[in-house]
Amino acid sequence: MKRGSFVALLILLVLLSVVSLFIGVRNITPWGLFQASEDQLQVFFISRVPRLIAILTAGASMSVVGLIMQQLARNKFVSPSTAGTMESASLGVLVATLMFSSASVLHKTAIAFVFALIGTVIFMRILEYAKYKDVIIVPLVGIMFGNVIGAFTTFLALRYDLLQSLNGWMNGDFSGILRGRYELLYIAVPLTIASYIFADRFTLAGMGADFATNLGLNYRFVVNLGLAIIALSSSVVVLTVGSIPYLGLIVPNVVTIMLGDNIRKTLPFTATLGALFVLVCDIIGRTIRYPYEIPISLVVGVVGSAVFLFLILRRGVYATA
Amino acid sequence: MQLLRKESGTVAAVTAAEHEQRQLRSLWLKLVFLALIGGALIALFLTINVTDWGFALPRRGRKVVAMLLVGFAVAYSSVMFQTITNNRILTPSIIGFDSMYMLIQTVIVYLFGGITLAMMSRELLFVINVGLMVLFASLLYRWLFRREGRNLYFLVLIGIIFGTLFGSFTSFMQRMIDPNDFTVLQDRMFASFNSVNEDLLLIASAAIVLVTLYSLRFLRSLDVVLLGRDQAINLGVAHANLVNRCMVVIAVLISVSTALVGPITFFGLLVANLAYQYMHTYRHAFVVPAASLISVIALVGGQLLVERVFTFSTSLSVIINFIGGIYFLYLLLRETRRD
Repeated sequence: MKRGSFVALLILLVLLSVVSLFIGVRNITPWGLFQASEDQLQVFFISRVPRLIAILTAGASMSVVGLIMQQLARNKFVSPSTAGTMESASLGVLVATLMFSSASVLHKTAIAFVFALIGTVIFMRILEYAKYKDVIIVPLVGIMFGNVIGAFTTFLALRYDLLQSLNGWMNGDFSGILRGRYELLYIAVPLTIASYIFADRFTLAGMGADFATNLGLNYRFVVNLGLAIIALSSSVVVLTVGSIPYLGLIVPNVVTIMLGDNIRKTLPFTATLGALFVLVCDIIGRTIRYPYEIPISLVVGVVGSAVFLFLILRRGVYATA
Repeated sequence: MQLLRKESGTVAAVTAAEHEQRQLRSLWLKLVFLALIGGALIALFLTINVTDWGFALPRRGRKVVAMLLVGFAVAYSSVMFQTITNNRILTPSIIGFDSMYMLIQTVIVYLFGGITLAMMSRELLFVINVGLMVLFASLLYRWLFRREGRNLYFLVLIGIIFGTLFGSFTSFMQRMIDPNDFTVLQDRMFASFNSVNEDLLLIASAAIVLVTLYSLRFLRSLDVVLLGRDQAINLGVAHANLVNRCMVVIAVLISVSTALVGPITFFGLLVANLAYQYMHTYRHAFVVPAASLISVIALVGGQLLVERVFTFSTSLSVIINFIGGIYFLYLLLRETRRD
């Protein structure tokens, strides 16, 4: 049954991907593709195809990153957008833009990566400091931590007149994706594959340092590897697409509710569902106000916070009962 | 012997009364001190670097009035809210009330369209907004606090997500609004600290004066509510009734402050807690004025800093969010250490 539903998800993903390729102001039809004019083909290969690839990669990798994060922090409500990772990466991009105005994309990625890593590690340290690790307190601290970093970033941006570009990468949006401006996202692909290879070890690490070490796991190495994957994927996504709220939070949780906690089994599912979710939200954003577009971060913000509310309220029911 | 006992009794009574007096006097002194600082800052704000009095004074004066109103509204609503919810972390803005106001406003713009609104008077629009806000805030509040003993942190988290939900939905609706309608209405409807919505000053002041006069008599009951719900009921406070009325007052105050300067998430938290710490008293008759004065000092002082030191290169709400966020984290972590 699980295999069946996985295949169904994949088929749906492929179908919607094809649909997504033919939505847009420029009228391109599947059957007209073979006799398309020069500039129709250009639109197709410079804008539509890269956009689809970016959607699929970003959706899959951010969901997988969320899954790993929840495993490592042993908390279902931790994700790049509820732990300050996204905000730290944005701060990194801003600092890179400020200090090295001519920095190449790779330099920016490196700096964003370092910031995201530091931010996530600080968050993990704060968690260690809080003795009372309530399921609810942890994401609360994370969101606040993100807010503080976000306020600092806005402060810097206001000071150096970069607020508009800041808003550009704080709000996830796929409309700016063109050939030559998204290839960085490919970095996320091997990272996602690496997470799959290390999935079992992340599960073990999630059981705590002592237990994992007892089972012969190099605990520190696995945790650091996980953090590096989280930080690098988040930075790459922030740089190319912008931050997409709640993505790494709701998709893994929905999958976990359906399939349980063995992340080796749930990881492919999570990746597929993540890609599908972003794809659907993007299609909504592109069609609801046609020919204008609504940025994906807003669509996901509305849908995502509603689902998140549902998840904690559902938790709350049996927590207080 | 008997005489002695009697005497010592009166002495004790006298010292108790004296102590009470002394405490009152020190509370008054603290208030006067705050008022002096606030007054000095306002005077400085009004007179600094003036070249053309006729031009500067009325504009700055309106700004000061707006800050006074906002400062009072935020402080009063936060203290009241913290008392009826019996904690010091939640404020109306943290559980998403001011984002809710923005959402209501946007939905109204969306439904009516720009032309109808442009013809409608601002005052009427404001009254409609406030009415809807009172309705929805009370509903949300009742829904959130319906079950007793709900975990406090749980409420905060839900509130924050509600804030994001309302915020995203507001931006979403703003994108759905016809761009022409939107530009017409943007300045009028969506204020910030740098563009205070000054047209609303008159009706905002009226609203604040009305709800304040209405709610002044609750202050003493609120002192009792601090003892906890059951105790308060025991002592003869009609708790549910009082809470409902307070929610109406809070909704109006939040509407006023959001309409004037937009959402400021952590400001209420900061000023309310500073007031508790500085005043060291449970009496709302002193805490509320102190919190209001502190918030006026923070607003006017902050605005002075922003305008003169940073020369408008930053915005006050960013500074407030930064400091307030750190303070909130500190409160949260301190609570978790204590458990």
